[in-house]
Amino acid sequence: MSCDVEAMYAEIILDHYKAKHHSGLRDPYQAQVTHVNPTCGDEIMLRLALDGDRIADVSYEAVGCSISQASTSVMTDLVIGKSVAEAMELQQEFTEMMHSRGEIEPDEDRLEDGVAFVGVAKFPARVKCALLGWSAFKDAAIQAAGNREGQE
Amino acid sequence: MPETQLTTAVVETLGNGYDVAAVRADFPILSREVGGQPLVYLDSANTSQKPRSVIAAISEHLAEHNANVSRAMHTLGAEATEAFEASRTKLAGFIGAARPEEVAFTKNASEALNLAAHTLGASLKPGDEIVISVLEHHSNIVPWQLLAQRTGAVLRWFDITEDGRLDLAKAEAEGLINERTKIVSLAWVSNVLGTVNPIRQIADQAHRVGAVMVVDGAQGVPQRPTSVTELGADLLAFTGHKMLGPTGIGAIWGRYELLETLPPFLGGGEMIEVVRMTGSTYARPPYRFEAGTQPIAEAVGLSAAVDYLTSVGMDAIAAHEEHLTAYALARLGAEPGVRLLGPSDAHERGGAISFTLATADGEQIHPHDVMQFLDARGIAVRGGHHCARPLHERLGITASTRASLYLYTTTSEIDALAEGLAYVRDFFGGKR
Repeated sequence: MSCDVEAMYAEIILDHYKAKHHSGLRDPYQAQVTHVNPTCGDEIMLRLALDGDRIADVSYEAVGCSISQASTSVMTDLVIGKSVAEAMELQQEFTEMMHSRGEIEPDEDRLEDGVAFVGVAKFPARVKCALLGWSAFKDAAIQAAGNREGQE
Repeated sequence: MPETQLTTAVVETLGNGYDVAAVRADFPILSREVGGQPLVYLDSANTSQKPRSVIAAISEHLAEHNANVSRAMHTLGAEATEAFEASRTKLAGFIGAARPEEVAFTKNASEALNLAAHTLGASLKPGDEIVISVLEHHSNIVPWQLLAQRTGAVLRWFDITEDGRLDLAKAEAEGLINERTKIVSLAWVSNVLGTVNPIRQIADQAHRVGAVMVVDGAQGVPQRPTSVTELGADLLAFTGHKMLGPTGIGAIWGRYELLETLPPFLGGGEMIEVVRMTGSTYARPPYRFEAGTQPIAEAVGLSAAVDYLTSVGMDAIAAHEEHLTAYALARLGAEPGVRLLGPSDAHERGGAISFTLATADGEQIHPHDVMQFLDARGIAVRGGHHCARPLHERLGITASTRASLYLYTTTSEIDALAEGLAYVRDFFGGKR
């Protein structure tokens, strides 16, 4: 069992947990959201900057467990530079993988380091941790897209 | 070897006839494995495990005596009513109530505290003050916040000292309890810090200014011999599932003269006297507070739980808890990277032991991660804010890991926890 838990905490996850890619809050941004995990008080404030339809930057400040921090780090790597539509598809795929109880084979070409979280999906209590940053991103993307339409 | 000394010391102090192995044999779940390892259940402040007698009592009631209470007049109805009322009587005796009618059943301690807030709140006016503390469970915060919003009353807070006890000196200096105070509501025992609050002393203060003393007994009643008169409370909320009973049942005790003055909480069946289209009159306590069909089988289970606790003896349970707490504070406190929260002395302290854990480099390890690694070793603890977010904020942290003890906990389970923590610390410190 301790092997399972060590597999869950894969090297990739621990590396992202330490490195926290794209962390810190930056200007400018079109949307800023705060999401919490009510059971543990983990929190993320996330900003999204768009350049036309491209995601120019995702910046954040978060407190949370290694799973939520690493997942957010992976998410920023994946979505920055993509179009909103592409990023939303990735968000959808990652969320599906997390709700699969670890039973689907994730597409490494698309989810890259994100595939490491398939092990976390076997632990239902931790799925919320892995999705915290992603749901904040989704919310921010919807808001930013809405704001942009409002201006046009 | 400090470890060996500790073990010896505890064996000696526990040489008082408390047979933890015999107690454990009564709890079927304690012999199961989790992830191929023997279960080490250190989450009793969250919910306690159930002895065989409680499980059997519920099953027997449902198999042989099931019917609704009071309204069903047939034989089964009479049997169910008798069992339900017998549970009330037993519970009343267990907490030293003057009469069974002082105990009303609720769903849990949260509902009991909401009942208190709603019914006491009916007479509050803007500018009246309600006093709680920063170490409360959300159940003893949110109902009062809602009440303050509804009535314009002001919510005021006891702070805590560095040692995790109520800061009585600061309260005194601030005039926290004064002539505007109408309600004081405090936990008897903190679910995070284990602190046992000086309820008697604060109740006396509250009573001097004419305020009502409400006590959240969710952690205290399961652990300590309870006498509501000695405690000094006017209302006491507690729950069944933390004292070996099933979920879905709790209770509120109140001085009868006070209960009689309170309006109903929920409206519905069996809480009425006469219902007319123009208006209704209400039953006398405790029935006034028991709208709709009650958790009957659960009451029977709770009654069996009280029997079990009584047979072991609440004095013995409290003594066992204090010995274990002292052992755990010493054992966990000696683990590098562990920062214990709450009073460092086991005296006047319950068996909820919360802590943070850091690697050798001083990097904090998140309680979710600690919990996950311990779970892989069969050790059940809670990681999070334990429904006490303001307290964690006051302590300058977002979350903690909590081990909580009960009558079936052993010193070797605490050793397993300490070894588990060393493993987690080394894993995240890059030593594995």
